[in-house]
Amino acid sequence: MDSTRTEGGAISLAPLSGRSETSGWQNHPALLRVASVVLFAGIWQIAGMIPVSFAFPTFFDTVIAFVSMTADGSLPKAYLSTLQPLLLGVILSAFLGVGLGTLCGLWRTGEWLLIPIFIVLQAAPVAAFIPMVTFIYGIGMTAKTLAVMILALPVIVLNTYKAVRNVNTSLIAMCQSFLGTRWQVVSKIILPDASPVIFAGLRLGVAAGFVGVVLAELLITPTGIGDLITFHRSRADYAEMYATIASIIALSTLTLIALQWVETRVFRPEKRSA
Amino acid sequence: MRTAILRNGPKPVPEPVDAIVEVRGISKTYGSVEALRGIDLDFPRGKLTSLLGPSGCGKTTLLKIIAGLVEADAGTISVNGHTVSKPGPERAFVFQDFALLPWATVLRNVAFGLELRGKAVAEREKVARHYIGEVGLSGFEDKYPHELSGGMRQRVGLARALSVDADVLLLDEPFSAVDEQNRRKFQEDLIRLRTNQNKTFIFVTHSIEEAVYISDRIVLLSPRPGRVSQIIEPAIDRLVDPDRIHRDKHYLDTVEEIWQGLKQYVE
Repeated sequence: MDSTRTEGGAISLAPLSGRSETSGWQNHPALLRVASVVLFAGIWQIAGMIPVSFAFPTFFDTVIAFVSMTADGSLPKAYLSTLQPLLLGVILSAFLGVGLGTLCGLWRTGEWLLIPIFIVLQAAPVAAFIPMVTFIYGIGMTAKTLAVMILALPVIVLNTYKAVRNVNTSLIAMCQSFLGTRWQVVSKIILPDASPVIFAGLRLGVAAGFVGVVLAELLITPTGIGDLITFHRSRADYAEMYATIASIIALSTLTLIALQWVETRVFRPEKRSA
Repeated sequence: MRTAILRNGPKPVPEPVDAIVEVRGISKTYGSVEALRGIDLDFPRGKLTSLLGPSGCGKTTLLKIIAGLVEADAGTISVNGHTVSKPGPERAFVFQDFALLPWATVLRNVAFGLELRGKAVAEREKVARHYIGEVGLSGFEDKYPHELSGGMRQRVGLARALSVDADVLLLDEPFSAVDEQNRRKFQEDLIRLRTNQNKTFIFVTHSIEEAVYISDRIVLLSPRPGRVSQIIEPAIDRLVDPDRIHRDKHYLDTVEEIWQGLKQYVE
């Protein structure tokens, strides 16, 4: 896939410092990011002060609520309860999903057996399964972990499968012509070449896992973050409720950024300079 | 210095004595398309032989069959007297689209053939650095393919093929994705490189000029089905200034003669 981009050759060899024509503040992406956050917080603050709704707190009220909830231990305690099934579910989904997806991409029989199931699962409104999961597995850790996996697994499997099926055939021929074994073709060509799409699937899967755990806590087990949201809503502590919601969004975002960092560090080092 | 002189004119040549690659009765059909029919060919040791013909004559298919990347329907390939059906250490392939690992540096790409064979890192990088120098890419060891021009990428592909120390180098239209100026330079370098390396080259091209410029021997294939139509030895003295070859009368005559022969197959 990549190699078709090579036509017409003469690309400048200047080691990618070529962005120097953009001047001033555009040279400071970190500053830009901070500015973007500040702008967002500012709009939030103003919207809260108007207020757009009596149930919409200002940015600073939310930050204060976040600090006090962290200090009194209610937020850390909720996270402790939420993170266990989330982490377990996401890690299981990642390994199982990439494994199954690779298998389906390489092995026809596996493809026929499994891919239709995951296509149906991806199309289905899987949140509807959550009451069923509760019915079978009760309201414990198993049910929450399963809720995470039901949401995270299909997208990881399907992305991995597609990535493996669309690997650059020229690179495979190259590996074979230089006497690569079947295992070397998989480990040194197929997986690295598929890794950008696999990681795109992982990012979607991890985001879906966050959805799964919060849904499970809202629908099944009143514990953790889901419980904290419900509790503060029922008491009309809107600042606390928003602080909880914002914190889980922030955590989800940070996780995705970390995943991207791992990808470029470990699997595709050339993208660091690109 | 002598001018580029054709010692004898282009004419059909008898089969050479010392053949490193022997092709016997190779046929290949893709669906209803007969790509190759009954190809018999000998590739002389230490020479550069070009497979030349219009598109659809099966030249790349024949090269990939020799490489062991495509299976023939009938016939055998022998290299150094041994029948082969799969890729082997005595053959190395240079790909039309370079087939470089985008996630690996020039150094790792060049060393990749040795990496697959389980050579230790220090050893394979030493060999790779040597051949990176040979193809004129010293200083680019830590660059990634996307940072290089098309011509430089193909130099990486060539260095990778050289570093596994195969007897036969199979080049599949190596310059077709390289721009014109880089191609000229690369062709000159290939002629120079050949005098240093004691290797046999089998070179697929659709460019008549390129074939006449660099080849000791040109095998003309005719299309539908692919068959050997003519074998020509241009016998141009390549030790002279490369620029003079392009203006040499015999070079131009050979190009013209091949074109007259191929014209009938081009719509």
